[in-house]
Amino acid sequence: MRYLVVLEATQPDTPPPDELMAGIMQLGAEATQSGALIENAGLAPSAAGAKVVLDADGLSITDGPFAESKEMISYAVYDTRTKEEAVEWTRRFLALHAEHWPGWHGEARVLKVFGPEDFPGA
Amino acid sequence: MAATADRPATGRGAVEAIWRIESARLIAALARFTGDLGLAEDLAQDALVAALERWPAAGLPPNPGGWLMTVAKNRAVDLFRRDATHQRAVESLGHDVARTAVPAADEKLDDNPVGDDELGLLFAACHPELKREYRIALTLRCLAGLSTHEIASAFLVPDPVIGQRISRAKKTLRDKGIRLDLPSSEYLHARLASVLEVIYLIFNEGYSATSGEHWMRPELSNDALRLARRTAALAPDLAEAQGLLALLELTQARAPARHDRDGTPVLLQDQDRHRWDRLLIRRGMAALARAHRLGSAGPYVLQAAIAGCHALAPTAADTDWTRIAGLYDVLDRLRPNPVVTVNRAMAHGHADGPLAGLAILATLPPDTLDDYAQRHAVEAELLAMAGRHSEARSAYARAAALTQNHAERTLLHLRSATTTPP
Repeated sequence: MRYLVVLEATQPDTPPPDELMAGIMQLGAEATQSGALIENAGLAPSAAGAKVVLDADGLSITDGPFAESKEMISYAVYDTRTKEEAVEWTRRFLALHAEHWPGWHGEARVLKVFGPEDFPGA
Repeated sequence: MAATADRPATGRGAVEAIWRIESARLIAALARFTGDLGLAEDLAQDALVAALERWPAAGLPPNPGGWLMTVAKNRAVDLFRRDATHQRAVESLGHDVARTAVPAADEKLDDNPVGDDELGLLFAACHPELKREYRIALTLRCLAGLSTHEIASAFLVPDPVIGQRISRAKKTLRDKGIRLDLPSSEYLHARLASVLEVIYLIFNEGYSATSGEHWMRPELSNDALRLARRTAALAPDLAEAQGLLALLELTQARAPARHDRDGTPVLLQDQDRHRWDRLLIRRGMAALARAHRLGSAGPYVLQAAIAGCHALAPTAADTDWTRIAGLYDVLDRLRPNPVVTVNRAMAHGHADGPLAGLAILATLPPDTLDDYAQRHAVEAELLAMAGRHSEARSAYARAAALTQNHAERTLLHLRSATTTPP
């Protein structure tokens, strides 16, 4: 089953510690080697993007940066047998931040991508 | 940090997830340490039971994999000590038994380059001395972390059958003194062929279920795909490992389009290509490019190249059948095999006309593959293309009578009924 994990966070002003980056590389290599991590990339700050909104006033397009305090940082796609496995890889990813980057706060959402298993009878 | 923040869900599902992530590494290191795969698996299972008992109350340890390894390792050391004590007792009674020293656990468990243990475990689980169905069960159990019950449900057999296959496989490895490390380069390629074959068989069992009501068992195919990814990552220089990975990624990419919303199978030429999985196609083409860079044109690389031709064709009519037919010609020379001949006939039928395809089919001796549904299905299609409709209808009917798969039979009956002159 496929899961999309999107990471949203407030970054401290300090640059990410080297130990964190090394830990992320190592965890990424493990997840890739296990066959679970099949796609991932970092996302540029919202200043490089835009927002397209439809509300009561109609359609509007706003260039970034957005006013929200949190930024989308990265995404990853996992292929695992259960939701818990995707959650565990994600937990390890956030645990690395807890260990190496005090003051970093973020949230990762683990979202199931519809697959053939979601259409029973098929 | 608040205590609760360090207490993520530790239900059975979470522990099982950690098991699936860690078990191969755990079993592999313990197998090298103890020299006995059966014992390694027992020790790892004991550690899992300990985790299931402890974690729900105490919370997850910061490094769950390390926790499991320490528990299993301590049990192994206890076991060795008890054996050593036992042997000393035997010696003191005057028997001449060589004493085994307790190995230094930390050194022995930590001194291997990353991944080598797992590759060694994979090679042992797929050892050619084991029966094929033993290799499959052992690989799913030790490398994919599946339980006996999960393997049994995937293959639609009772649990004890799989339990027996696994224990017999472990016994065979022990009795034959099969080493649990990497084969020497002399044997590497022969052994790799067995590893790839096992993964391929698992994939096919899921992709074209040989029995039962369903056309596919997607979970099993995904297990095989993850094993292929792992093998390709563990053996990055072996072109056929990349080739198998490419073949499975590209084949699995078509899975969402292989049946319509009612569950009826849809053949390749009729599939809605928008439903093909672009991410898997991209991964498959990348693996194929790696295989080509390694300079191989082995059977898996060739089949992947054929799958790549299909994957890149925007519509069925755009399919480069000439290139596919050429690839089948090479495959047929490299690995002559009646099933390849059937597919080659189909490719040449599209590239050079149905008569060319029928001519290739005619090279098969009449009784070869006579009970293979696909042979008759291909013949039926070529006959239909050649306008020989009544012959086509009976060939479709023959194919329908032969297939063991319910969904495929329905499709073939439909073809037989709808093959009429325009």
